Amino acid sequence: MRRRVADASSQTLKRTPLHDRHVAASARLIPFAGWEMPVQYADGIRAEHVAVRTAAGVFDVSHMGQIETTGPQAGALLQRLISNDVDALQVGASLYAVLCREDGGIIDDLLTYRLAPDHYLTVTNAANHERDLAWFQKHAAGVEAEVADAIDRYAMLAVQGPRAREIVQTAADAPLPARHTVAERTLVGRRAIVCGTGYTGEDGVEVLVAPEDAVSVWDEIVRRGATPAGLGARDTLRLEACLPLYGNDLSEERGPIEAGLGWCCKEDTGFVGAEAVRAVREAGPSERLRPFRLTGPGIPRPGNAIAGGGVVTSGTLSPCLDVGIGMGYVPADRADVGTAIEIDVRGKTREAVVAERPLYRKERDG
Amino acid sequence: MADASYPDDLLYHSEHDWVRIDGEIAEFGITWFAQDALGEVVFFDPPEVGSAVTKDQPYAEVESVKAVSDVIAPLSGEIVEVNTALGEKPEAINEDPYGAGWMVKVKLSDPSEQEALLDREAYEASLQ
Repeated sequence: MRRRVADASSQTLKRTPLHDRHVAASARLIPFAGWEMPVQYADGIRAEHVAVRTAAGVFDVSHMGQIETTGPQAGALLQRLISNDVDALQVGASLYAVLCREDGGIIDDLLTYRLAPDHYLTVTNAANHERDLAWFQKHAAGVEAEVADAIDRYAMLAVQGPRAREIVQTAADAPLPARHTVAERTLVGRRAIVCGTGYTGEDGVEVLVAPEDAVSVWDEIVRRGATPAGLGARDTLRLEACLPLYGNDLSEERGPIEAGLGWCCKEDTGFVGAEAVRAVREAGPSERLRPFRLTGPGIPRPGNAIAGGGVVTSGTLSPCLDVGIGMGYVPADRADVGTAIEIDVRGKTREAVVAERPLYRKERDG
Repeated sequence: MADASYPDDLLYHSEHDWVRIDGEIAEFGITWFAQDALGEVVFFDPPEVGSAVTKDQPYAEVESVKAVSDVIAPLSGEIVEVNTALGEKPEAINEDPYGAGWMVKVKLSDPSEQEALLDREAYEASLQ
């Protein structure tokens, strides 16, 4: 047997504060963006995926980075950097946005939380953190704002699924923040920033705690019924929910309009790259990121060509639908829902159809 | 998935295949080690009956949720039967790798090739 997808790496990998917990739970650990992370635990990706869809799962996402931006012009700096309207971001709310180059290419996609009037917390993708930080710092020159690397200040847990809030609530000192909002809470006696956000298509929260508190909070959340889940299930869950993944669906080679992220771009705010984004929006993109599902056998994989132009950027077998699903860029004139497409999966033609977002919806497919 | 097991009556290839020889016909599959490394198998793409397989070369693909892997032929010959049940139930490769998880039957073209295969003891030693 020879694995086609290389995941080996010789670099020294960073470990999260929960590493011992993963080993004790028989996790299979893989290198991911310079970190040694659990891809799955003993029961496997499908069981973890189903646990999140039907009850609750807990993910160690401590590899994700944090940047704290503070000071009187912190908001103005972020308004210049990220694509969404930071002026409209209230204290206690969250904002999804992309970080663009001048030419509109996506540097990263980010969630920013406004913790206090002059205090913002931005969560970065692990692989992009250093680059994002350098970009923030470069643009902070001469601005009354301080940009701080906060990656070592926090461990991060995502608790997701229909039972996630109830599980975390029983460990909290006060009602949890609503969806898309953020609040400081005490969880099992530890100070935590609790965010009503996630990456699975389910309700739930993401929790930031000091690294030394991570094990206590993790143990308590697991004890109260959340199933440990790894990066494998995180990927199948986010793909069923059609949430794009940087490095697969998003890259510097394409802009937010092509990626279907025009909704989080407010060009009038004058963010870096706004003019390029405006030009694509007005002219119409030549290709669009679209979800699709196979109508026959096979599993699409990133890099598979789509006949007539286009490429698969994410693909897997959907554990809930039990068919191959994915996302990819297709020519704009072949992007309508219901369009039949053919995907070249390592030499075999696989039939697929452009599908509605999300690919899986409990009320429709459950 | 049960504990590791490597039956005595099989021969093994270093790329984690097993072979069950019956005269000039051999049955191929992947070992407990291989299915454990893959994780849950969700798709098996079999070769066609009548096609040739060459020792040490890929003859089929097996996919887990995360990855695609080639299955390597432990011996050379012509495919005379494929396990079509794996199309509906690829998880048999995990649940019963030496039984219901068999992949193909091959009419051997050079039975002397089996001298290069490993017995259980040698294969298990190679996993250490």
